[in-house]
Amino acid sequence: MTDRLLDLIQRKGLVLGDGAMGTMLQLAGLTDGGSPELWNVTHSEAVRAIYQGYADAGSDIITTNTFGGTRYRLKLHRLQERVFELNQAAAALARDVAGADKLVAGSVGPTGELMEPLGPLTMDEARAAFAEQAAGLAAGGVDFFLVETMSSLDEVQAAVEGARQASDLPVVVTMTFDTNYRTMMGVTPAQAVQTLHGWGVAVIGANCGNGPAEIERIMTEMAQAKPEGVVLMAQSNAGLPRWHDGEISYDGTPEVMAGYAQRMRTVGVQVIGACCGSTPQHLAAMRRALDGPPLDHYEPAFDVSAVPGKPASDSTVRRAARRAHRAEG
Amino acid sequence: MNKIDFDSLPEALQDLYVTMQDDLYDGMKDEVVQATVEALEQWGQEPADILQLGLVAGMDIVGEDFRDGILFVPEVLLAAKAMKGAMEILRPLLTEVKDADRQGTVVIGTVKGDIHDIGKNLVGMMLEGAGFEVVNLGINVDADQFLAAIREHNADILGMSALLTTTMPYMRTVIQRLQEEGLRERTIVLVGGAPLTSAFAEDIGADRYCEDAAVAVEAAKVLMQIKRGR
Repeated sequence: MTDRLLDLIQRKGLVLGDGAMGTMLQLAGLTDGGSPELWNVTHSEAVRAIYQGYADAGSDIITTNTFGGTRYRLKLHRLQERVFELNQAAAALARDVAGADKLVAGSVGPTGELMEPLGPLTMDEARAAFAEQAAGLAAGGVDFFLVETMSSLDEVQAAVEGARQASDLPVVVTMTFDTNYRTMMGVTPAQAVQTLHGWGVAVIGANCGNGPAEIERIMTEMAQAKPEGVVLMAQSNAGLPRWHDGEISYDGTPEVMAGYAQRMRTVGVQVIGACCGSTPQHLAAMRRALDGPPLDHYEPAFDVSAVPGKPASDSTVRRAARRAHRAEG
Repeated sequence: MNKIDFDSLPEALQDLYVTMQDDLYDGMKDEVVQATVEALEQWGQEPADILQLGLVAGMDIVGEDFRDGILFVPEVLLAAKAMKGAMEILRPLLTEVKDADRQGTVVIGTVKGDIHDIGKNLVGMMLEGAGFEVVNLGINVDADQFLAAIREHNADILGMSALLTTTMPYMRTVIQRLQEEGLRERTIVLVGGAPLTSAFAEDIGADRYCEDAAVAVEAAKVLMQIKRGR
C-alpha cells in the first residue's frame, strides 16, 4: 500500500494538519458526558461542518472524530458494540469532505485503561481493541491511522500492532508530553522517537500538552534525537485553558498559533497542526504563515538552560549505595 | 501515638525501616511485605509505628520525587501496590487506632460526565499512603452520590477530579449542594485535573486546587491541621 502521507510530505515539504474536534463539538452543542463518537451518526451534519471548516481553512489532513473510538471508551456510553459502525461512519464522512486531494487521518486515542502490570488491561486485549477500531476506520476510507495523545509506550505498541493486524495502512504516532517534558508515564521525547522508529513508525511527534512553548522544546529534543528518515509531527493545543467569567477558553490566538507554526517549521517539523482549543480560524492563520517565507531569525521560546525535572535527591543516592551494598553482600 | 524517636531505635531496626522505605520506593512488594512481617514478629513493633516509620515515610519520599519530576506515574503505582501489600497485614492489627492518630477520611471521585480516573486513583493511593481513609466513588459521580458518601462516612475532605473543560463546571454544582445542605463548613474541598487552575478553584468556592497527587496530600494534611485547630 502506498503511503500517501509520506508522498505528500515529499511533494510539499510541509503539511498542514487540522485542529480540535472535541472543543468544536462542544461549541456545536455536545453536552457534558455525551459521546462525541455517537455524533458521527446522530449529528453527522455537525461533524461534517467541522471537517469542512478545516478543509476550507487549508488543512491538508482531515482527522476523524474517533478519538474515543475503542470499545473501552465507548463502553462508558454503552456503545461498545458499535465500534465498527461509529468509526466507519466518521471516516466515510471525512473521506467525503477530503475528496481525493486531502488526506484522512483515522484518530486513535488511548483506551483510558492502565496496562499490566500497572492495571488490568493485557497486551492481547488492548491489541484486539485497537484492531477492531482500525478495521472500522479502514472500511470508512482513511489514508492512515493517527495514534495520538498517548502516554504509555506499551499502549502505543498495542495500537501499532493492532492497526497492522487490521490493515496495511501506515500508522503515525504522536504522544503527549505534559509532565516535566515527559509523558505522564515518564517517556522522554528522545525515547519516544527512537522506540517508535524501531517499530517501523515513520512519522512521529507530539500533540496536546501544555501549549506551544513547551511543545517547541519537546520537538527540539525529538529533532536532536531522531534517527535518519523519521518525519516529525506536532499538534499543539491553542495555548492553555483559562477560566474567566465562568467560561473556559484557550489563550492561544490565531496569531500565536501562526507564530507556533513558523517556529515548528524552523525546528524541523514537517507535519504541523493543532489540538484542543483550536478552530478553523487558527488553522487558516497557520496556513498563511506556512505559505509565506520561513523565519529569518529564530530564538527558542523555551529556556534552553532549564533542565526538566530535578537532579537525583539524597534518597536516590542513598538507595543506589544500598543496592550496590546489598548486591555485594 | 507516642512519637517514636527514630534515632533512639536500635541500629538494625533503623536499617530495617530504611530498607523498607527504599524497597517501597522501588515498588518491591514482596520485600516490603517481608520487612513488615519481620518488624512485627522479630522486633515486636507496633503496627502504627511500622505504618509511620516504614510505609508512610517511604511514600513521602515517593510523593516528593513525583512532585519534582524524578518519578512518574508507573513508579508511583508500583510503590502504592507494594504499600497495599503491607497494609493487608497491618490493617487488621490497626483497628484500635485512636482518634488522634486518624489523619482523616476523604471521599474522592471524578465528576459527572467525566470518565478519567488515573490521576484521581493516584491521589487516592497517595492519600492512603499518607494514612488517610479513602472512599473512592469512581467515575461519573453526581452530587447526590458525593453527598451521600460524605454523610455515610462522616468525611472530612471531598476530593473532586475532572479532566475535561466541559465537566469541570459540575464541581461548582456539587459545592453549591454542600452549602445548601449545611455540609460545606465541615468539609474541606480539594479539586484537581488537567484543565483546572487556582483561579477556577477559587471561583467555584473550593478550598484548594491541587496540581498533582503530592500537592493533594500536602494540602489534605495542612487543611486537616487547620480544621482540627479550630
